[in-house]
Amino acid sequence: MWDYVKIAALAVITLLAAIAASYARDIAYQVHAVIIMLVAGGLFLWQVRRADEPRKPSSAEYMDDVVRFGVIATAFWGVVGFLVGTFIAFQLAFPGLNISILDGIGNFGRLRPLHTSAVIFAFGGNALIATSFYVLQRTTAARLWGGNLAWFVFWGYNLFIVLAATGYLLGATQSKEYAEPEWYVDIWLTVVWVAYLLIYMGTLMKRKEPHIYVANWFYLSFIVTVAMLHLINNLSIPVSIFGSKSVQVFSGVQDAMVQWWYGHNAVGFFLTAGFLGMMYYFVPKQAERPVYSYKLSIIHFWALIFLYIWAGPHHLHYTALPDWASTLGMVFSIILWMPSWGGMINGLMTLQGAWDKLRTDPILRMMVVSLAFYGMSTFEGPMMSIKAVNSLSHYTDWTIGHVHSGALGWNGMVTFGALYFLFPKLWNKAGIYSSKAVNWHFWLATVGIVLYAASMWVTGIMEGLMWREVDANGFLVNTFADTVEAKFPMYVVRGLGGVLYLTGSLIMAWNLWMTVAKGEPKEEATPAMAPAE
Amino acid sequence: MDTYSLLREFADSWMLLALFSFFVGVVFWVMRPGSTRTYRDTADIPFRHEDAPAVDVQPEETR
Repeated sequence: MWDYVKIAALAVITLLAAIAASYARDIAYQVHAVIIMLVAGGLFLWQVRRADEPRKPSSAEYMDDVVRFGVIATAFWGVVGFLVGTFIAFQLAFPGLNISILDGIGNFGRLRPLHTSAVIFAFGGNALIATSFYVLQRTTAARLWGGNLAWFVFWGYNLFIVLAATGYLLGATQSKEYAEPEWYVDIWLTVVWVAYLLIYMGTLMKRKEPHIYVANWFYLSFIVTVAMLHLINNLSIPVSIFGSKSVQVFSGVQDAMVQWWYGHNAVGFFLTAGFLGMMYYFVPKQAERPVYSYKLSIIHFWALIFLYIWAGPHHLHYTALPDWASTLGMVFSIILWMPSWGGMINGLMTLQGAWDKLRTDPILRMMVVSLAFYGMSTFEGPMMSIKAVNSLSHYTDWTIGHVHSGALGWNGMVTFGALYFLFPKLWNKAGIYSSKAVNWHFWLATVGIVLYAASMWVTGIMEGLMWREVDANGFLVNTFADTVEAKFPMYVVRGLGGVLYLTGSLIMAWNLWMTVAKGEPKEEATPAMAPAE
Repeated sequence: MDTYSLLREFADSWMLLALFSFFVGVVFWVMRPGSTRTYRDTADIPFRHEDAPAVDVQPEETR
């Protein structure tokens, strides 16, 4: 019965998408309607072919197929995102790379949101979904709840990515940072996200472990908060049901405040809480020791979620936002330093008594460096939120450097560590194919980040000082073009840092591929814990 | 009083107090007597069911 409902629904969606494609008012909407039509049509055929086939009863094993797809998608989107990032870094250094044939599709303005979304939502999001499914099952000792719903979340989320990416290139954007996708893509993400939450809650409810391990608290707070942020920041009314353009419900300073409440908590809950969930599982596993202090991890969790949600206004210093609001944002950002470093110390001290492993285990080294970058960027962030510092740093490349030391250093490195941990486990191999290649990746990535962050500090502070420089009569000394010219060498260094980071990720992709294709199989064939059937 | 002032007054007083006491309460709860032993067991969760889910009739774990 359920099969026929699905077939009918897919047929209706295919038809509606075809109608929408023909009535489309703009090219982005039309392309999206065609994509949806093809996807729904393809699923329709697939569903018809397997209707009434006997189903395999759900086994007593963990549901790992979807995790395998997830980690592959993570590695793939990572390389794509880094490639686009490196290319647009060189577009800034050499504007000639905004090739005229690609005008309106491949120029910096169109590619930049593609880069940010590819690394944050495609690379980071797939990493979070895949690792959360893996960690959730292992720490609850239960199979994922909801059967094939996990597949819906994986494919649905990746369809969201494709719609978002093609939309940016064709000009569909609501021009909200990290929330660029237009209304119908937002609605689709909401549907996928609700399914994700249901799987998480369902699995937690049927857990076999009496306690909910701390990693799941972080993952769950990430899912719940992102749902709330997404819904409120994307309140908009479409101009036409057949077009991609929509109008925001909030306006003026309210809109700005909602946007940066969203924007900073996307950093706080997507890129921090979710990734801390990864940290609290993979660092103990790789170090083969339980987390340093479980008490500290609970205080870390509550302090982080209580403080992060208020930090957003620091993006709007010296604007139309009331002074008290931006001061509040600044104060909470500074207090946030404490739980952040508490968490970093908790992760690092997990290695207590196992520090020697750093010498031999490049994967663990990657995780430790990611924690070091977490500590560094959570010190830099509060400092930049102080109004006096912000008056120099805001709108300069220092901000971009800060974001990247967090994203490349913390999010990137901990994800690489998790991928190196997961690939051998998921494909039942003894270990990663080449430890030497991991070491190469580690050094290329680390040096790449250092080049990136250092050049952005220099160029950011330089341009901040140049903008505010006045002569004896009070006239500005530099034009904007002067600062652009002065920044050129640092832009090239930044691009080179990107090349190193990208090269490291390509080595990783090769290494992961070889682990699956040629890696030594694990010694024992069947796990000793398997239930007797 | 208009909605803004009303909500603002509530946020600045009772809500602030409630959130703050909840947070302080969590810190004290974490430090409660006997928690160390419980948390030692909880912190070991990642090292238990790595390869397969727990079977339905769960034998007493060796703790």
